[in-house]
Amino acid sequence: MNPKRKQRLIIVSFLVIGVSATVGLIMTALSNNVNHFYNPTEVVQGAAPIDKSIRVGGMVVDGSVNRDGKSLAVAFTVTDYNNNVNVKYTGILPDLFREGQGIVATGKLDAQGVFQAEEVLAKHDEKYMPPQVQRALDKAQDAAPAQTY
Amino acid sequence: MKRLFLFVPLLAFVAVVILFNQNMDNDPSKLELARKDQPVPTFKLGELYNPGRELTPADLKGEPMLLNVWATWCPSCRVEHPYLLKLAKEYNVPIIGLNYKDDRDAAKKWLETLQDPYRFVIFDQEGRLGLDLGVYGAPETYVIDAAGVIRYRHVGVVNEKVWRETLAPMLRNLKMANANAVEEPGS
Amino acid sequence: MIAELGHFALILSFCFAILLAFVPITGAWIGDRLWMRLSRPLAGAQFLMAIVAFAALTASFLRDDFSVRYVAGHSNSLLPWYYKFSAVWGGHEGSLLLWALILTGWTAAVAKFSKQLPLEMVARVLGVMGMISIGFMLFILMTSNPFLRYLPNSPQDGADLNPLLQDFGLIVHPPMLYMGYVGFSVAFAFAVAALMGGRLDAAWARWSRPWTTVAWAFLTLGIALGSWWAYYELGWGGWWFWDPVENASFMPWLAGTALIHSLAATEKRGVFKSWTVLLAIFAFSLSLLGTFLVRSGILTSVHAFAADPERGRFVLMMLGVVIGGSLLLYALRAPVVKSRIGFSETSREVFLLVNNIILVVAMLTVLIGTLAPLVAEWMDKEISVGAPYFNLMFSLLVPLLVIVMGVGMYSHWKDTKAAQLLGPVPMFLVISAVTSVVIPWMYGEIHLMAVIGVFIAVWLFAATLRDAWLKSASSQGRMRGWLRTSRSYKGMVLGHLGLAVTIVGATMVSQYTVERDVRLAPGQSVELSGFTFRFDEETQRRGPNFIGDRATVSILDSDGDVLHVLHPEKRRYQVSGNIMTEAGIDPGLFRDLYVSLGESLEDESWTMRVQYKPFVRWLWLGGVFMAWGGFLAVADRRYRIKLKRKLSTAEAMDSSDAQAQPRGDADALGGRQA
Repeated sequence: MNPKRKQRLIIVSFLVIGVSATVGLIMTALSNNVNHFYNPTEVVQGAAPIDKSIRVGGMVVDGSVNRDGKSLAVAFTVTDYNNNVNVKYTGILPDLFREGQGIVATGKLDAQGVFQAEEVLAKHDEKYMPPQVQRALDKAQDAAPAQTY
Repeated sequence: MKRLFLFVPLLAFVAVVILFNQNMDNDPSKLELARKDQPVPTFKLGELYNPGRELTPADLKGEPMLLNVWATWCPSCRVEHPYLLKLAKEYNVPIIGLNYKDDRDAAKKWLETLQDPYRFVIFDQEGRLGLDLGVYGAPETYVIDAAGVIRYRHVGVVNEKVWRETLAPMLRNLKMANANAVEEPGS
Repeated sequence: MIAELGHFALILSFCFAILLAFVPITGAWIGDRLWMRLSRPLAGAQFLMAIVAFAALTASFLRDDFSVRYVAGHSNSLLPWYYKFSAVWGGHEGSLLLWALILTGWTAAVAKFSKQLPLEMVARVLGVMGMISIGFMLFILMTSNPFLRYLPNSPQDGADLNPLLQDFGLIVHPPMLYMGYVGFSVAFAFAVAALMGGRLDAAWARWSRPWTTVAWAFLTLGIALGSWWAYYELGWGGWWFWDPVENASFMPWLAGTALIHSLAATEKRGVFKSWTVLLAIFAFSLSLLGTFLVRSGILTSVHAFAADPERGRFVLMMLGVVIGGSLLLYALRAPVVKSRIGFSETSREVFLLVNNIILVVAMLTVLIGTLAPLVAEWMDKEISVGAPYFNLMFSLLVPLLVIVMGVGMYSHWKDTKAAQLLGPVPMFLVISAVTSVVIPWMYGEIHLMAVIGVFIAVWLFAATLRDAWLKSASSQGRMRGWLRTSRSYKGMVLGHLGLAVTIVGATMVSQYTVERDVRLAPGQSVELSGFTFRFDEETQRRGPNFIGDRATVSILDSDGDVLHVLHPEKRRYQVSGNIMTEAGIDPGLFRDLYVSLGESLEDESWTMRVQYKPFVRWLWLGGVFMAWGGFLAVADRRYRIKLKRKLSTAEAMDSSDAQAQPRGDADALGGRQA
């Protein structure tokens, strides 16, 4: 092999290795750090994995918010009006967290089916419905259209 | 041969544009209405001026009409308001208001100053009916037929274009269907 | 009347844009010098009319003309005058008008400072910018006109500006960011013009270089300001969220950073031409993409303007024409002839290439992370890509980049002796290794990420400073020697030091922030990192357009002396009903103390988040250094000399261009193959 060929071969193999390593790295990093979104019905039906970081969204049930008297622990229920999921969270809730409002929480589902939230998001605009929550509600309505509340 | 490589960025870009275009079709105003071709969900709510008057889906029957979701906190509602007035006054279109997550006094004041295009206004402070309808935000306008079935939802401001191209033909068809249905037993 | 005047001026500006887009380029095509010469006055007229339009909208805001829809939607009579002024770009329509104003401004600037360019090139560059102008102005006029009125019945008062935007940071952040985004249109126009004319040479690189650097510096400032704003205004002490809109500004920055480095190689050595052109197209395309992502509502984000599919579709179309067209032109006309300019594996060319590859990979990382939710949605799944993905990728890429930088700084064009490259490495290694253990140790816990972060930052400091030390050696003393180095060299040093400063900030604040959510009643206190935060009282106060719950929190040192009194606040804005958390911050060069109010509980107590944030200021300080370095580099004498010579004849200029081309770079027209 002449030196020029050899140099080219080295460059090409470096390129191939580099590109595949980068692509592999990005894909692994991506697949490990993606949060899937579930609505309460999917959680109750067992579609959501346990002890894996996921997002759950729905409306906060009226009267369900229960604050611990001494600490910052708080428990509440989110619903898609078909099924409910209990959520536990410790910390400061966002400014626009209200009963009857749509929220999205990031966290893990424990073995008891309680969602241990690490982060609770409400949108900045109080009149705005997070589209994910709206879609979750629409889906639930499709599943049980006859139900009235 | 080498030039072919130069097309790679272009092809990647085309793929991204296709992706965007697909997702644009998911935009909220085109999203399938969960309640399409279903009756208006049950509700029992008071009237804006007259809290004692109890409104139910029965009040949304009899003739094809528009149900307009509005609120005083919504700037776009102000944009469409003059047009709704025009529809109500000049074309005599039946429009029912759904005052959504709003304050009763503010809403009354708004209609006093800007005039009232509505036959009556359902006062939905908690947004219950709005939720059951699948309201994304205000303004939204629903087309409801004489039997009280939801036929269409328009998300966003109603203007000349929306009226002429979508709402008016739809109402006309529903009206004709209704007229036929009424006439048939007699003929 | 004023709004109508603005509308009219905007239409005129649009007409000038049309003329600018077609007349000079046609002139360049058929070789008509008169038509080409029209480009400069047209660019000026376009800018003038855009100024009138913008001034008209500003006047409507300052006069509280709520019959103008846009004013009614984004202002209120209670708003202080300076926020009325900044509210001009507080919404979709107005910020687009600002975009157009800045675009026409850059066009006029190119027209003014291009006397040394061949007329044909000026005509093409300004023509391409005119085309971009057409797109934007058409977008404004058709879908987002800020001058429309409510008639006949106009509202008494406006709906108020979003309280998040009622802030100094938001007065300056968007203009800076747009200066950067839009500034890349100049580099883009130069690239497209060069592809059109088939003249892709070192002269082209030297012309577009200062413009690119200025745009990059503005973008750097814009991003730093945005991060600073998010830190104090969103109320919870975060400084970067990997939010789609932030990513939208970061991607052009990464591409632009790669571009200013590859332009150096293309200018000095005539290498990587096709690559540099592609980067110039990328930098501006990513700016447009950013605009699209924000305007179309296709991605949900805290920053997103109201979703409007019609607008989204328009921007998508424009994106298709501008990016697709330029990439097609690139595919057809970019030079593929193998460059005859040789360089070894240890040359500066190779180091710059590696720098470029890493930066582009970083850019693609962000792009993939931003678009992944869209791909998933397409497959009917809902996902979100969390910060851990971006953090992981950047904690791999940035150290790699910085290590290469430290060595590459000592490389020469063409070839470098290994000894010269690797000579100082042991010294850097020792200094970095020692500091990277000592500093985390001082902060109590030794985290791996902290060690890596400090290591690379010190590595970069050491390499940059040693290089500056060597370069400033002079028989007349070091000070003299330093002053004698060129401004562009000083700019580079400053830019690289800025990056090191930012890395220190990012590392320390992410690794050693102490944060506690607590529940405090008046009189109670909490201890954090040697400071005592005492909640003294909570009072109500009325602002011009809000009501606030204002807490008084005293910070005491270990001796019990009061160091500082903070007033975190919870505000409710009356008109819009929005609630805002205003943090109380005690800033410092080495640490910030940060208190934000949560919610009030039954027994007069409040939930509060108290934070100790070491080195957080360094994040933005580094950004300021980088931008300053960019501006300094552009003030270099070689650019100014050319300005003074602007009266010389075009022939003289052409010959000086020829001289400036590196020897061996004879294939200026070699790319025209097809």
